[in-house]
Amino acid sequence: MANFSISVNGKSHEVDVDPKTPLLWAIRDELGYVGTKFGCGIGQCGACTVHVDGVAMRSCQMTVENIASRNSEITTIEGLSENGDHPVQQAWLEHDVPQCGYCQAGQIMSAASLLSNIPNPSDEDISAGMAGNICRCGTYKRIHAAVKTAATKMS
Amino acid sequence: MTTNTNRRNFLKVSAAAGGGFLLGFSILTSCEQKAVATMTPELVMPAEFTEFAGFIRIAENGVVTIMNPNPEIGQNVKTSMPMLIAEELDVDWNNVIVEQGKLDTEHFTRQIAGGSQSIRQGWTPLRTTGATARAMLLAAAAQKLETDVSELRTENGMIYGPGDKEISYGEVAALAVTIPVPDEVELKKPEDFKIIGKNTKNVDGRKIATGKPLFGMDVRREGMLYAGVIQPPAFGMELSSFNADAALAMPGIVDVIEIDCAPEGKELQWTDSATVRKQIAVVGNSTWQVMQAKKAVEVEWKRVSPAESNAGHRSKMTDLLATGKVAEARRDGNPEAAFKSAAKVIESTYSAPFLPHNTMEPMNFFAHVTDEKAELHGPIQTPEFLEKTIASLFDMDPADIEVGMTRMGGGFGRRLYGSFAVEAALISKAVKAPVKLVYSREDDMTQGTYRPDYLVNYRAGLDENGQLIAFHVRGTGTAGSPVFENRFPAGAVDNYLAENISLDSNISTGAWRAPRSNFIAGAEQAFLDEVAQAAGKDPIDFRLELFDRAMEKPVGENNDYDAERYAGVIKLAREKSGWKGSEGEGVYRGFAAYYCHNSYVAQVLDVTMEGDKPKVGRVCCTVDCGIVVNPEGALNQIEGGIIDGIGHALFGEMTFTEGKPDHENFNTYRLIRHPEAPSSIDVHFVDNGIAPTGLGEPSLPPVIGALANALSAAKGERVYDQPFTKSLRG
Ligand code: FES
Ligand code: FES
Repeated sequence: MANFSISVNGKSHEVDVDPKTPLLWAIRDELGYVGTKFGCGIGQCGACTVHVDGVAMRSCQMTVENIASRNSEITTIEGLSENGDHPVQQAWLEHDVPQCGYCQAGQIMSAASLLSNIPNPSDEDISAGMAGNICRCGTYKRIHAAVKTAATKMS
Repeated sequence: MTTNTNRRNFLKVSAAAGGGFLLGFSILTSCEQKAVATMTPELVMPAEFTEFAGFIRIAENGVVTIMNPNPEIGQNVKTSMPMLIAEELDVDWNNVIVEQGKLDTEHFTRQIAGGSQSIRQGWTPLRTTGATARAMLLAAAAQKLETDVSELRTENGMIYGPGDKEISYGEVAALAVTIPVPDEVELKKPEDFKIIGKNTKNVDGRKIATGKPLFGMDVRREGMLYAGVIQPPAFGMELSSFNADAALAMPGIVDVIEIDCAPEGKELQWTDSATVRKQIAVVGNSTWQVMQAKKAVEVEWKRVSPAESNAGHRSKMTDLLATGKVAEARRDGNPEAAFKSAAKVIESTYSAPFLPHNTMEPMNFFAHVTDEKAELHGPIQTPEFLEKTIASLFDMDPADIEVGMTRMGGGFGRRLYGSFAVEAALISKAVKAPVKLVYSREDDMTQGTYRPDYLVNYRAGLDENGQLIAFHVRGTGTAGSPVFENRFPAGAVDNYLAENISLDSNISTGAWRAPRSNFIAGAEQAFLDEVAQAAGKDPIDFRLELFDRAMEKPVGENNDYDAERYAGVIKLAREKSGWKGSEGEGVYRGFAAYYCHNSYVAQVLDVTMEGDKPKVGRVCCTVDCGIVVNPEGALNQIEGGIIDGIGHALFGEMTFTEGKPDHENFNTYRLIRHPEAPSSIDVHFVDNGIAPTGLGEPSLPPVIGALANALSAAKGERVYDQPFTKSLRG
């Protein structure tokens, strides 16, 4: 166990954990940001996606020690926008995307990162950019449409 | 329509006051995009309110809370069931807060998520509840306004009388609950619906999009410990002994204990069928610490029943179908003679493997059990059965057990079997603390209640004119046959025989989205295409001829479908898809239709091939599920079932070696991903005003048949075995 300082959603937090603790479990269990989801723990499903210095990353695959040593700024779904009105979140509501909803925080974080890299994505860009996020309920068509809507909102 | 009210329920009304439930729920306002985009302020239920029959709370300022009685697993009942109440109550949906009800056997019935039955079975009772409350509010208003009820009308939570007399629901609610419950109430005519039939956004949509705690995985309590369980690595094994010294020495680990989930003499429910009796529980201060410590426990297992491999299953099932003692499920005419006289006999065998559920949210549950009472809270499709098991296990009065339901990160049948909740309860009791049990993905995938593996053999006899004169289906699978003997083409063939035989196995199986239908629909629809081809007929024309026969002169008695509605969705799919069969040019089409969960679905699916790899293009889908309560939500369900069905038919397969599941996580177990979804899905609902039927399951089974038929067209030979990607590689 050791003390680390990590910055999440613009706030600095002290955590006392094993250095190898995945960021996912530190933000969920230690800091209580439970919007970031656990799906597989091995970087395969995308449910745990957060932004690390603005880039979508699998939080189950990063350690607290690593994040702290790089002084990275973490953004979770709770911090994506102040009022829950990021264009991607708005688009998600307009398209009524979720079924069970469990994968959607990860989908939204991936989509926001995709759009900051590619403001006007083609169908192929969206498919490739969202391929790392599994939705067992099969909401892929709605996700696809919502990413397009979000792109027009942001342009 | 008038309907009888449940007086007993309504007599339980109370003018309840005070908090406890004031979570400041948000709702989405209208369907207008603008309203959503501007993020309307959250609606808040005041601390004082009047409660009607456990379902409805009305505050003086007119804010209404409606309880959703059933578990929400992604099928959207948390939105659609309250819509039924709100419709007859006649309130403005924008003024409604929806709250998830707990298990409450006094007020609610059938609090189960399963069989696509929530809306079908809730259709009349929930509307009656709304209409009864409305009638009582009207009677109270008549007293207050000193006029006759017949002079009054309601609209959006207001009651209007002669002249400019008006009063709000909020103002009369407290008086209304003191009024005798009417024996009968009038329900609205479908043409008067204002909420039913309108696109209504998911009531949790905003919370989901902003990451609010909604799921079992998100439950956190003061003093809560985290737990994990260690279960046998293979089916047929049992705990022998363990050494936890190393695990106990790890940071944050509180205890390592043995739990017994099914002690002798305790009453188990069918939902406990997959319970592993003896397990090891690791308890600690965080999920991660517990997951690490589980690996440090040294365990000895012993084999208590045979080690089964799935390869062995295929040969056993083949033997069962060939020489086993089959049970006759249905016989019409004289199938043996008809086959003998047939000009042509077509015979094929279809198979499908075990499937894990793989809900995105792994199994988990919160429990706080003391000597006096038990609180359980989490994702469960069968809360009432859980309460019964807990009552028996701890010799507790059900009144001392509280079961709450979180939103669930998928169910698909897996959360019918609540052994994980029982485990959480046992652990909490043992360590004397509130506990959240969390399965890793590996636990979740390897301790499943799998969709059984299946094998089915079909034979069809045609006469010299290509008429179907004999049909024989014989099916087997782990823990039961997949055959539904009274479904189509039963009723449309003079000589018909359905036979079943079951394979025993120690691999635990259970209901998986559209049980049995999820396999047999694809097999049957692929086989009917083979028969149509042998008869030299277009696959749709061939089926419609059979439905004509079933309408004109149905064979046998218990035919489990309405031939006219069945033919209706097929004709609609033919028209909407512009069906001409596969025309080459690299786009191959497949057709299928199926009836299950009281709904009818037909689909036309396009496929293109890149080498061995299929890509699904457009899927055209027609649905007859009666009245569509929430069109947008219904569309989402249909799309989801199609994508889920395509994914599992193409990729899904759990195999076992010596009883041990060969896949543990998504690195080797393949689920469908975004780029593999169909390029478009277009859905058409039949508008017929019939009472609503299932939606969460019916679009999945037929799409497997449509896909099989399209792939067969593409390949020039039939595909018989799922997963299809494996068959295509040869
Ligand atoms: S939990 Fe991190 S990718 Fe699945
Ligand atoms: S909405 Fe259920 S997993 Fe995506």
